[in-house]
Amino acid sequence: MDHFPLLSVMLYLPTVVALLVLFVPRLAPDTIKYAALFATLATFVLSLIVVFSSQQTASLRWEENYNWLPSVGIRYHLGTDGLSTIFLLLTTLSSVIALVASWTSIRVNIRAYYVTFLILETGMLGVFMTFDLFLFYVFWELVLIPMALIIGVWGSANRVYAAIKFFLFTLAGSLLMLVAIVAMYTEYFNRTGTRTLDLNTLIAIPGGWSHTFQLWTFAAFFISFAIKVPMFPVHTWLPDAHVESPTAGSVILAAVLLKLGGYGMIRFNLALFPYASHKFATPILILSVIAIIYGALVAMVQPDMKKLVAYSSVTHMGFVTLGIFSFNPQGFQGAVITMFSHGLVTGGLFLCVGVLYERAHTRQISAFGGIANRMPTYASVFMVFMLAALGLPGLSGFVGEYLSTLGSFRLANKTYAAITMFVVIFAAVYMMWLYKRVIFGEPREEHHGFADLTRIEASTLLPLVLGILYVGIYPVPLMKLLKPVIGALLAPIVGSGTAAAAADAIP
Amino acid sequence: MHPGLEWYLSLSAVLFVIGLIGVLTRRNVLVIFMCVEMMLNAVNISFIAFGRAISSATGQVFALFVITVAAAEAAVGLAIVIALARRQDTVDVGRIDTLRE
Amino acid sequence: MENFLWVIPAAPLAAFIITLLFGKSVLKSQAHWPAIIGAGIAAVCAWLTFFQVRGLNAGEALNNHLFTWMNTGAYSFDTQQFKVAINLRADHLTALMLLVVTSVGLLVIIYSVGYMHGDGGYYRFFAFLPLFVFSMLMLVLSDNYLLLFVFWEAVGLCSYFLVGFWFRRESANKAALKAFWVNRVGDVGFGLGTMLVWTTFGTFTFTDVFGQLEKRAGIGGDITKGTITAICLLLFCGAVGKSAQVPLHVWLPDAMEGPTPVSALIHAATMVTAGIYLVARSWPLFDLSPGARDVVAIVGIATAFLGATIGLVQRDIKRVLAYSTVSQLGYMCFALGVGAYIPAIFHLMTHAMFKGLMFLGSGSVIHGMHDEQDLFKMGGLRKQMPITAYTFLIGALAISGVTGLAGFWSKDEIIVGAYHAGYPVIAILGLVTAALTAFYMFRLYFLAFEGTPRYDQEHVHPHESPATMTVPLVMLAIPSIVIGALVGIPPDKGAIHAFLGKAIRSDLFESHGSVASSTTLTFGVLSTLVAVGGIFLAFAMYMRLSPNPYTLGDRLHWLWTFLWHKWYFDEVYHVLFVKGTLAFAMACWAFDRYVVDGAVNGVATVVGRSSGRLRRVQTGFVANYALAIALGAVLIVGVYLIARGDIFTQLFG
Repeated sequence: MDHFPLLSVMLYLPTVVALLVLFVPRLAPDTIKYAALFATLATFVLSLIVVFSSQQTASLRWEENYNWLPSVGIRYHLGTDGLSTIFLLLTTLSSVIALVASWTSIRVNIRAYYVTFLILETGMLGVFMTFDLFLFYVFWELVLIPMALIIGVWGSANRVYAAIKFFLFTLAGSLLMLVAIVAMYTEYFNRTGTRTLDLNTLIAIPGGWSHTFQLWTFAAFFISFAIKVPMFPVHTWLPDAHVESPTAGSVILAAVLLKLGGYGMIRFNLALFPYASHKFATPILILSVIAIIYGALVAMVQPDMKKLVAYSSVTHMGFVTLGIFSFNPQGFQGAVITMFSHGLVTGGLFLCVGVLYERAHTRQISAFGGIANRMPTYASVFMVFMLAALGLPGLSGFVGEYLSTLGSFRLANKTYAAITMFVVIFAAVYMMWLYKRVIFGEPREEHHGFADLTRIEASTLLPLVLGILYVGIYPVPLMKLLKPVIGALLAPIVGSGTAAAAADAIP
Repeated sequence: MHPGLEWYLSLSAVLFVIGLIGVLTRRNVLVIFMCVEMMLNAVNISFIAFGRAISSATGQVFALFVITVAAAEAAVGLAIVIALARRQDTVDVGRIDTLRE
Repeated sequence: MENFLWVIPAAPLAAFIITLLFGKSVLKSQAHWPAIIGAGIAAVCAWLTFFQVRGLNAGEALNNHLFTWMNTGAYSFDTQQFKVAINLRADHLTALMLLVVTSVGLLVIIYSVGYMHGDGGYYRFFAFLPLFVFSMLMLVLSDNYLLLFVFWEAVGLCSYFLVGFWFRRESANKAALKAFWVNRVGDVGFGLGTMLVWTTFGTFTFTDVFGQLEKRAGIGGDITKGTITAICLLLFCGAVGKSAQVPLHVWLPDAMEGPTPVSALIHAATMVTAGIYLVARSWPLFDLSPGARDVVAIVGIATAFLGATIGLVQRDIKRVLAYSTVSQLGYMCFALGVGAYIPAIFHLMTHAMFKGLMFLGSGSVIHGMHDEQDLFKMGGLRKQMPITAYTFLIGALAISGVTGLAGFWSKDEIIVGAYHAGYPVIAILGLVTAALTAFYMFRLYFLAFEGTPRYDQEHVHPHESPATMTVPLVMLAIPSIVIGALVGIPPDKGAIHAFLGKAIRSDLFESHGSVASSTTLTFGVLSTLVAVGGIFLAFAMYMRLSPNPYTLGDRLHWLWTFLWHKWYFDEVYHVLFVKGTLAFAMACWAFDRYVVDGAVNGVATVVGRSSGRLRRVQTGFVANYALAIALGAVLIVGVYLIARGDIFTQLFG
């Protein structure tokens, strides 16, 4: 069963459908939509197969490893481990949801939109399943262009500025990464005489990467990923991109694109450069704590709902870097679960904002009030996302954020955790205040005709609510998936263990 | 008694500079064209002189190439000039600035 | 041991889900039935559990393992495994709390059927009430700190829902937010406390934590006193928030914006006592840290005194009761601080009865007066609503500590305890506060129920509430009279001590020797005297007008203003924290726009401008391009020649 090229099928299915949609003439808009829906749904089902077939080992499943350009040592290497599996699931799920969310809200250039969207999905999936740096870089860049197009073509008023800002920011980072990749390629060739960009081979370089080399390449990779995450102070593209992007774009941006950064840090920075990871940990932790508190404070005073949610992303993603660079299983699990949860919660929040935008054509908080009177079901659903975003126990946000903070609390310096904990106040302030101003209060005349959730809207929100509850109440499956990855990754970093730790049995 | 290499090079240099000054100062496109041809031929003289000086055919081969390219360039250039003259009713480069910014 | 602990929280949870799903469409005006049935089942099971637990020996408990909630796995490089299970555990302390929560909960739900009748959000109310009961039951059933923290937050959430129940009202929304936010301030500490517990002990489970203390926290152990004190103080931060202790007491009076049954259940009888429960539950830790206990005691007595003084001047019937609750929680808190854990829980139980009773009574008054809450617009209501008046009187007598009623026994034990444990100042302040309590409680009673009516008799026609509301009043009045005597005699050795002593085996209190019967007697007489004195003063001032309270208020205007403004806590907090945070947030945002993003846009502008300059080079004139080419060629050749100066020699020999 493992010989079936499941990952390739999953990876290229959206692109194949996109090409069909692109080249078959005279398709009705509905046909295009259903074709795209079919592609995303099928990918989702395939990702479920990946999830259910996952085993608790550190080795790759569904591996496809072929020579691609042997003369330069580039391989076609796909595979999944626990970490990839979680993100593949998140990607396919949020793709389905974002696609359904575009169903009625995208009205111009329908064919182009769905083609772009499907190519974007291929790019995202590719990033999470490749284990060859060349291939990784190709997919990494492949994500960038469709996303910039979605913002720049189907966005709102100031979309071109936002799209260019997003594009340039990310491109600047990825060029640094490209330099680092080339440097590693050359260095490995000089050291061993072999040309390769295979991740696992590079990790296992005999004698390890030299310390100075680690510091430079770590920094190059890290800046690239930090921009995607985004970390303070390279976060300012995010609010603009979110505000201008269409709802579906915001969902994808929040749910998947930000995760590329966190995933990259774990997969590349930690695995390749254990020495540099330790060296850089302190400044990164400080920046994470700043991002957590700063993002929450700035979110508090935003007049625009989408901007508020965007800044809350900065806060949440701060927990990710905080957890990763605490270098213990709790922080690590917390970081990944925070990413998964953030995808569900923030995706949901953007959908909720989109629902209001469809009706009122504004996102200003001051334009709303008393929505609960008109849209009670919507108010309840929004409530769930709001509570998950402020880290209420029992919902998904808490699990990740608590574990991340606990991870940082285990460090010798407790200041990080102590400052971070204050975000529980700020998060409650900005989320609940937003909710109060929009949802509670006297009904307003101008919202008279507002209908409650439509069937399409409900169908996008409901899976997210269920996911949030599931992760909040029973996160053990996610934790089990991550355990072998942690064993393999953290052992060299912690230093006391060996790679054999990966083989630890599940208790 | 053949003149030395210096004579050829000097002639080439003088011709080249005359051509260059012509290109820079004249305003008529056709004159500029002729000046460019002059510069190319100045270079040809250098090529052949050098080739002879080091007893190699390469210089002559290059000269032949240059002549061919010059012919092609003249053909394309004149076509452009005619098109321009038809469009803008002038062959004065001072009044043709469509490439600006 | 076979048991069905999970049924106790599951029943109200099921009620919540059913009402949430079907309340609006199917049940409508019958939406209270799932809640009543759910709470009823929980109450019955709680009693069964109580009897089962009574048969257990000291230190034993009923356990019910449900499932593993989180597990980050075991690793060769990491000795501490993070594993949290959803485990229910009922020892004697829990069993008592279960009784309090389910019985008051059930009565309040029944009461609400009458009180909330005809409200637009009827089903919503009866969805959230069982959700609260569920959360509160889980809170007391949790067998570890993290699970307790989870439901700690959950009860806070229910409080937020129910305080802001009438979400169209601006004041209700504000109060709900304030309650949640202030609680979260405490939760910062509690959250860090749970983390410190785990990093210190490697587990969250109460029994495992306490079991390690003897070996590791004693002499030669690896856990320092400082760590234990830090844990205690961090946990206590949470308790300060949830149990409305100074300086985080400000949310509780505002929380009275919620429907009155909510005030009775959440903000008097159960949720606010969670902090007391938490400290009592952590008694082995607090036993080891005299420093932390001193903090608890001081905060407690400060709260008790402050709450009582503010209660003296309030006009709103519910606010008087709210400040009374703050004050009574202060009593419990300083009892914990002096090591009198069992009297604290004893007072928690009696307080739940009589304060629940009085809140429901005030609800009945508000209901009968058509939403009038101002005491000075009431008067003489005893004639129109006798059941409410007499049951309220019972509650007032009980809280004032009149001999024989519930409050007397528990409050007396606390004050004696403080004196006995070597805190005479606290004991005296406790007595003063008791006098204040008796005074403001009877001020309330006389203003509302006795004397001549001050309301507009033309338009307002007070009436007694329906049976669904009066029956719970009577049901609570009975324990308010008898429960103290039933379990509290003889003082410090009553049934409650025998029962709770199996869970809270602290010998801290006994280390001072047993309480002399003369001390008990002295304080019994003293507290009766101050109670009667307070009642008499209230009678003189508000029934006989000598001294006249109104002229007295004018003469002591500065004092009155100070108390009326609640010691200016809200004003100071508003300036310091609300405005301060907002200003800081605005500054951050400005920083974000002008500095961080300004740098980004600045780079873009610089690049844009310089390319604008460069663009002018493109003149469009062929001659200029030709010149550039020529100069460029000369430059390149020149550079080359200079760099490789020997080319001349090569060429021209």
